Amino acid sequence: MIRFRDVSKWYGSFQVLDACNLEVNKGEVVVVCGPSGSGKSTLIKCANGLEPFQKGELTVDGISVGARGTNLPKLRARVGMVFQHFELFPHMSIRDNLALAQVKVLGRGRDEAVAKGLKLLDRVGLAAQAGKFPGQLSGGQQQRVAIARALAMDPICMLFDEPTSALDPEMINEVLEVMVELAREGMTMMCVTHEMGFAQKVAHRVVFMDQGRIVEDAPKAEFFGTPRSERAQLFLSKILHHV
Amino acid sequence: MNYHWNWGVFLARTPSGESTYLGWLLQGLWWTVALSLAAWALALLLGTIFGVLRTVPGRWLPGLGAAYVELFRNVPLLVQLFSWYFVMPELLPRAWGDAIKQLDPMLQQFLAAWLCLGTFTAARVAEQVRAGIGSLPRGQRAAGLALGLTLPQTYRHVLLPMSFRIIVPPLTSEFLNVFKNSAVASTIGLIELSRQSQQLVDYTAQPYEAFIAVTLLYLLVNVVVMGGMRWVESRSRVPGFIGSK
Repeated sequence: MIRFRDVSKWYGSFQVLDACNLEVNKGEVVVVCGPSGSGKSTLIKCANGLEPFQKGELTVDGISVGARGTNLPKLRARVGMVFQHFELFPHMSIRDNLALAQVKVLGRGRDEAVAKGLKLLDRVGLAAQAGKFPGQLSGGQQQRVAIARALAMDPICMLFDEPTSALDPEMINEVLEVMVELAREGMTMMCVTHEMGFAQKVAHRVVFMDQGRIVEDAPKAEFFGTPRSERAQLFLSKILHHV
Repeated sequence: MNYHWNWGVFLARTPSGESTYLGWLLQGLWWTVALSLAAWALALLLGTIFGVLRTVPGRWLPGLGAAYVELFRNVPLLVQLFSWYFVMPELLPRAWGDAIKQLDPMLQQFLAAWLCLGTFTAARVAEQVRAGIGSLPRGQRAAGLALGLTLPQTYRHVLLPMSFRIIVPPLTSEFLNVFKNSAVASTIGLIELSRQSQQLVDYTAQPYEAFIAVTLLYLLVNVVVMGGMRWVESRSRVPGFIGSK
């Protein structure tokens, strides 16, 4: 579904991604972790063309993301993305946040788009909040709305860029629960996250990045059981310390 | 002081007899308001375009936006007005220049002053639009694009609606400035409010009354504008957002 082939990216002379190879197959949940500055967010933003890259090949559902002729808006409409800081549109009600792209991008009628949005809102447990504005919701609620907004586009896969990093601790679970449910329904997911509990629960593979390189790409059991690289071992020993 | 106050002067007939002196002032007020509103509309349009250009990716379009702002912000308003009025018709193709010179003089003056004030104020509006867009979290643009919106759609539905809400207060100042700056049009002969007050002084020798009346009229206009913009601000307030109730 998503395939990175030797993808490299530079900011000026600084290399942020170094020949990254990664494949996310249909129905697979891949968790990407690593220390800050390792390039994980950049990697996931390359997947829908939000960040350009200079070398290598990247395809989503067989369509080349980096190619000049690619209709990026069309491709992005099929790839859901959830951001660290939610990025709901503050001047629109929750209902309109969910309907906007359905109407403007997919050409759905407004009534249909609103109905679909309400259905998804109900699914993330926020049907009662449809008339409110983003600023009136808690962080956890906003992030669940953001997931519903992405799902409203009927995406073929979902990208999560540190979806719980900006949340208060007590709100993390409500967001993870939605993500776990999504994973169990068979959604193809690429998640940058430090929530190793989430990874252990639903990930098929865990990818570890360091200094722009993919250091380790292993099935979940193997990654948590016997990480091969020293760097990953060190990282795990630090973040799993308190689990 | 030996000044002879005479507030009744406003109701006196002008020498040509077809109007009172108050009528002259109101005529001037009409031109001031018409010129300023037209210039403001142009400024909002151009300012939004060039302000947006400064924030789009790439090098050429932001450069174009920056060049516009620097040009119109760094040349004195009066020089710009003379350029529009005296120089521009000469630079156009001959036929066009001649056509402009055939127009009613009042219309020529109005056109030059409109373009001058509009383009000058646009440079200032552009800076505010740019600042407004720049004040939004970077992720907003990414979120719009990630949903499949095109860049223009992202500006139209995501970035600009929020930016304009944020910049209403500084835009109010700009809007007020247009009315005050419109007085420069008197230098090319447009008989707007400040010019009418001069004329009143020349005809009646009652400078205090004339200038006090004109001051009050400018004040009145600005109070109305401020009230209007406050209404816009409260109408566009975003629930749950900073600065709202």
